[in-house]
Amino acid sequence: MVNNSPAVRIDGLRVRRGKSMVLDGFGLELPRGGVTGLLGPSGSGKTTLMRAIVGVQTIAGGTVTVLGEPAGSAALRHRVGYVTQASSVYDDLTVRQNLRYFARVLGAPAADVDRVLAETDLESHADALAGSLSGGQLSRASLAAALLGSPELLVLDEPTVGLDPVLRVDLWALFRRLAEGGVTLLVSSHVMDEATRCDRLLLLREGRLLADDSPAGLMRATGTTDAEDAFLALIRSGVSL
Amino acid sequence: MTLSRTLATAGRVLAQIRHDPRTIGLLLVVPSLLIGLVAWLFDTTPVFQQIGPAMLGLFPFIIMFLVTSIATLRERRSGTLERLLSLPLSKLDFIVGYTLAFGLLAVLQAGIATGFAVLVCGLEVEESLWLLLAVAVSDAVLGTTLGLLASAFARTEFQVVQFMPAIVFPQVLLGGVLIPRDQMPDVLHAISDWLPLSHAIDALNAVATGSEDDGYVTGQLLVIAAFALGAVALGSVTLRRRTP
Repeated sequence: MVNNSPAVRIDGLRVRRGKSMVLDGFGLELPRGGVTGLLGPSGSGKTTLMRAIVGVQTIAGGTVTVLGEPAGSAALRHRVGYVTQASSVYDDLTVRQNLRYFARVLGAPAADVDRVLAETDLESHADALAGSLSGGQLSRASLAAALLGSPELLVLDEPTVGLDPVLRVDLWALFRRLAEGGVTLLVSSHVMDEATRCDRLLLLREGRLLADDSPAGLMRATGTTDAEDAFLALIRSGVSL
Repeated sequence: MTLSRTLATAGRVLAQIRHDPRTIGLLLVVPSLLIGLVAWLFDTTPVFQQIGPAMLGLFPFIIMFLVTSIATLRERRSGTLERLLSLPLSKLDFIVGYTLAFGLLAVLQAGIATGFAVLVCGLEVEESLWLLLAVAVSDAVLGTTLGLLASAFARTEFQVVQFMPAIVFPQVLLGGVLIPRDQMPDVLHAISDWLPLSHAIDALNAVATGSEDDGYVTGQLLVIAAFALGAVALGSVTLRRRTP
């Protein structure tokens, strides 16, 4: 039963930040497996939605169920990996020291550190201080930490921002490999050309879901040839699909 | 709370500090330099004998308060705390881990400061030197735990630095360094009874002058420990897994 539950199920989610409601009665269901892209302009509520799924966001109402458990419950802390926009690793530790610490917190085997170093292509920088890494290396170090313990759901907030095109291709290849291994990935981006690499797209604007479709389905429905045009077409039409 | 996660956290904090030799140097040397300065300042008067013991508690307390509150605030601001709290780390693992790591530094710092005050500055201690060290160390640990608590109420570096005058200075003023506590106005004396640093300074004075028995000092140590435990408990309540 638990295994048949969707990866994420959200009903009537309401989140207030400051005086404004960022999400007001938001609903969503994500099946298990595959890479889902969460796209939308900045300020559209992507990060808030991801934080609610991980269970670190104070919510004003509604339910968020992740892998059959309430979001943020203790049982999920081993099963959900989260990468924030900020790199959230310790600048004054080496990459390996960072990963060793997070592995010990997770209770993951020590060999996991070498595995995630290899997966994120950071082996040659393992003994460099995180503070001395380039932006792209730092975000990969942060991603490596989230891969420890092989979580079933990975929530990645703009993991490819600031990366050069080669690294972005490598990372998307890694996401694809993880998805083939049965991991569910939710990846936010505001780079629309990354949309076509996803199995499924969620377009978010001002806290509302404009579209929830496959990339091909989205372009067919809007009569466009790329995700950016599709997004613009949806905004102009003012209707949700 | 699990021992392995707490120790992993303490080890991680110490590893961070190991990468920062200048901070280690400042932590270990500055209190001794300040105590030396006070001793020199009052060279021709008996004042150092009167306030020297209090200095042993004061400087480690203030420095550990600052270092800890800023270190934990940095953790909140960099996003690492949010990552940790989305992992199976309990709040007590986090706080006790920090207390252990900085407590260990506090032991070194208070040890060096006490040794310097007694051997170099000629501070006379009537009772056991070990007891003096124990009080000085518990004082530094108190600074650590209060710093952890204070950082929970700060959102920015500017705010956390303001806690220094807000939380630390009143305790210094009312602690009996400037004027003995029993000579203060009654209201201030009553308030000072409820401030942890007053008990620490009383205990340090008692050990140095031999004016009270060991039972009194032990009692004061227990009061300090109770405040430190209270700060740890409150600090863990204020750590939130969910934030706005």
